[in-house]
Amino acid sequence: MAVLEKAAGNETLLEVENLKKYFLAKKGMLSSQTAWLKAVDDVSFNINKGETLGLVGESGCGKTTIGRTILHLYEPTSGTVKFKGRKIDKHSIKTLRRHMQIIFQDPFASLNPRMTVGDIIGEPLDIHNLAKTKNERKDRILALLEMVGLNPEHANRYPHEFSGGQRQRIGIARALAVEPEFIVCDEPISALDVSIQAQVINMLEDLQQELGLTYLFIAHDLSVVKHISDRVGVMYLGKLVELSPSGKLYKNPLHPYTKALLSAIPVPDPNLSRSRKRIILEGDIPSPINPPSGCRFRTRCPHAKPICAEAEPVLKELEKDHFCACHLFDS
Amino acid sequence: MNKTLLDIQNLKVSFFTPAGEVRAVDGISYTLNAGEVIGIVGESGSGKSVSSYAVMRLIDPPGRIKEGKIMFNGMDLTQADEKTMQSIRGNEISMIFQDPMTSLNPVFRVGNQIIEAILKHQDVSRKEARQQAIEMLRLVGIPGPEKRIDQYPHEFSGGMRQRAMIAMALSCRPKLLIADEPTTALDVTIQAQILELMKELKQKINMAIILITHDLGIISDLCDRVIVMYAGKIVEEASIDDIFYNPKHPYTSGLLNSIPKLDADENQRLVPIEGNPVDLLNPPAGCPFAPRCKHCMRICLKENPPFYRVSDTQKAACWLLYKDNPEALEELGCIKEG
Repeated sequence: MAVLEKAAGNETLLEVENLKKYFLAKKGMLSSQTAWLKAVDDVSFNINKGETLGLVGESGCGKTTIGRTILHLYEPTSGTVKFKGRKIDKHSIKTLRRHMQIIFQDPFASLNPRMTVGDIIGEPLDIHNLAKTKNERKDRILALLEMVGLNPEHANRYPHEFSGGQRQRIGIARALAVEPEFIVCDEPISALDVSIQAQVINMLEDLQQELGLTYLFIAHDLSVVKHISDRVGVMYLGKLVELSPSGKLYKNPLHPYTKALLSAIPVPDPNLSRSRKRIILEGDIPSPINPPSGCRFRTRCPHAKPICAEAEPVLKELEKDHFCACHLFDS
Repeated sequence: MNKTLLDIQNLKVSFFTPAGEVRAVDGISYTLNAGEVIGIVGESGSGKSVSSYAVMRLIDPPGRIKEGKIMFNGMDLTQADEKTMQSIRGNEISMIFQDPMTSLNPVFRVGNQIIEAILKHQDVSRKEARQQAIEMLRLVGIPGPEKRIDQYPHEFSGGMRQRAMIAMALSCRPKLLIADEPTTALDVTIQAQILELMKELKQKINMAIILITHDLGIISDLCDRVIVMYAGKIVEEASIDDIFYNPKHPYTSGLLNSIPKLDADENQRLVPIEGNPVDLLNPPAGCPFAPRCKHCMRICLKENPPFYRVSDTQKAACWLLYKDNPEALEELGCIKEG
């Protein structure tokens, strides 16, 4: 929250408007028929400078697709993404990507095993011509290694010599090399051991303070997202169902899906686990190829009404800064 | 009721790799009573999975059970031959695995895979076995089991597959179920369904469960007792309340402090455990956690600490507890003060 108020100039860094991303998918394994898989279906939100927006949801809800579409790693089907008021398309992204970077989930797959750590971190410098001389390049690499808590002698080693947590640090150093303003963190700690996760979270927070970074933090772990984010968006089957400052969302969740999601997290507190009553959702997440009509959550919603099958609820501001898309709040 | 079902004594499992011996499990001992649920927590490489695979005798070369006894119902499983093990696996001890996508055979109908397990261990006709399989699927909450039994695994969703796996594991009413990260591959809302199911089944079928996980939340939900492992060793063993409210080993409290809590204040910083996980090829001398421990003393780098009993239900291996245990001096006559 403190960060949110600090950015109270409310300078919008990123605007996402009616973003849609559909993938062409086969209807069955052997079928030649195709259908549209609506990974992200009409999502809009803003990210202010200096804040962390968290995106949570279960597998297939489209949270990773949003992150990648923002960086134009996927061409959006429709809708626009604006960075500092400038529309991102295949021309502008070449200059804009210097300001927008990504940290990936899997620290084992996202580093080239045949490059030294120094070259991995140096590559973005080469691509964007940020180091004039060899010495400047080397100094910059060493400074980046230090920034993420690694030693200078690590520059000559290869990724396989490092543990998962250290590799994630290398990935972060690579993202920071071009001095970006905005970083998409796509499940950056899910592949790490519990005791290492906290190290990486703290480092991301420190770097944000020092460098004035803005994050889009994507994760399925709600307690981590709550911890790091100023605002949190909850996604279900390609739709944003709730968007709120993180404290409010956890104290007073409005959407039935958010409520169920929060109550489903196992809490590391035996007394609390014995006493609390869980909302157990029936059934599975429907396929995004054939999503339910109307509200997409209605097939699992304990409060579903006839209207939910007919009309799609829109995201409305129910309290200050607290948005929710649900027919329960229709007046 | 408090009959000991499983008694593991000084179990050591090593993998002999070209780079040297990896002591995946390094001298662990614990007991499990009939009907009890014990949780084993630890990070990757702590030996939590390997120690339970050893109970099933599923350690393949280059791995080998080097030492120790695994007493199950009075029989030492480390000495049992393969034929005996086959009659025990799936019948008296069952296992469910982490990944429901890969642990079912994709070319056989789900029902046939369950029926196979029943026919192998029970003297029943195929028709009766099928009936039993349908009952099991109903028990684990699969709707329309009469129809579902003839479907293939790809027609099941992730959560359904894990339910089918549980049905298969329970089909012969085992005395012990080993659940190796049973919900890690599932989404939160599906995980909640499976955990609820396991709680329910624990009541219905009186079986003991070894639950292996890295998620302390799941432990708090399901277990009676907890074992914390680090670098192939047990560092703390205690009842569920002691582990969460009165942890004695710095690693246990470190783990608890490093996870963000939903009810915590905003902007509260996490307290991570510094350093990196142990390299099992070159484990440090003394206590394996010493290089990452905030309270590390000289003795910690030299000698591995023994277990200190904190109470009847709690013990931990840490030199910090030494001064609180005057009688420890006798037990450790051989070890000089650091």
